[in-house]
Amino acid sequence: MPFDRLTRAMDEWAAANPDIPVEIQIGKGDYEPRHAKWVRKLALPDYQARVAGCALFVAHCGMGSIISAIEAGKPILMLPRLQAMGEHNTDHQLATAKHVGVRPGLHVAADADDLKARASALLADTGTAPAPISRFADPAFTLRIRAFIES
Amino acid sequence: MGKRVLAIASGGGHFIQLMRLSPAWDGHAVSIATVDPTSRALVGDAPFFTFRDVSRADWWRIPAATLDIAAILMKVRPQVIITTGALPGLIAATLARPFGCKSLWVDSIANSEVLSGSGGQAGRVCSQVVTQWPHLAADKVEHWGSVL
Repeated sequence: MPFDRLTRAMDEWAAANPDIPVEIQIGKGDYEPRHAKWVRKLALPDYQARVAGCALFVAHCGMGSIISAIEAGKPILMLPRLQAMGEHNTDHQLATAKHVGVRPGLHVAADADDLKARASALLADTGTAPAPISRFADPAFTLRIRAFIES
Repeated sequence: MGKRVLAIASGGGHFIQLMRLSPAWDGHAVSIATVDPTSRALVGDAPFFTFRDVSRADWWRIPAATLDIAAILMKVRPQVIITTGALPGLIAATLARPFGCKSLWVDSIANSEVLSGSGGQAGRVCSQVVTQWPHLAADKVEHWGSVL
């Protein structure tokens, strides 16, 4: 689903910070950035390479983005999608912000203005990055699934 | 020889969570199915399939997705289905169930306050449903751990 609120905010931030390269994956959004470099959709390996190479990863509050940031050990700044604004089918990203967004290195913005302010602050001082984790889930979990497969 | 396993997920976070579970099927004959062809780069040598995506918001795509998933099931003939959602994983479990295929629904870690819509339905179709949040464990919904 489109998330023009995030695209527009970071395009405005890019206009205010012309020395800092900004690249936005806009998906099916209507708003096409005028200041930042943009792409509709990156191939998954390219997406992962961008996350690994960035100074700050700005994204929606989705688990794919969060896991990618944690795996890469990069700070992530997130704006939750809101159902009322047609940005998702439910408000589960607010729940994710509350339950997962509290981990070190994860940052949640309240709105577009807060997002832009935090982007500047985090680039000046990224603070704690998320502790890099293994590529795989806790072995206790995957062993339990293995037992299910083999039962 | 191991079991024939189909690990299936929609795109984005669903697929990334599925990949974090891969040690579970190490040594089994696993096939991977998802929506984004560029995900192939992450699955190694396992047979890789894509299907047309569907969600409750665009339910009119159900027939196309069901056709694609049925074709994948006929090729893979899984004995076990593992899915991290969303709706396409539920369709796969439903289609395969009459053929004696068991299935595990791992509800997305994104569902931290209520089980997902499809996860709620999964209890009627899947052999086992697990949540990644201990506080969401219930009668038939177990908590085995999380991808993080």
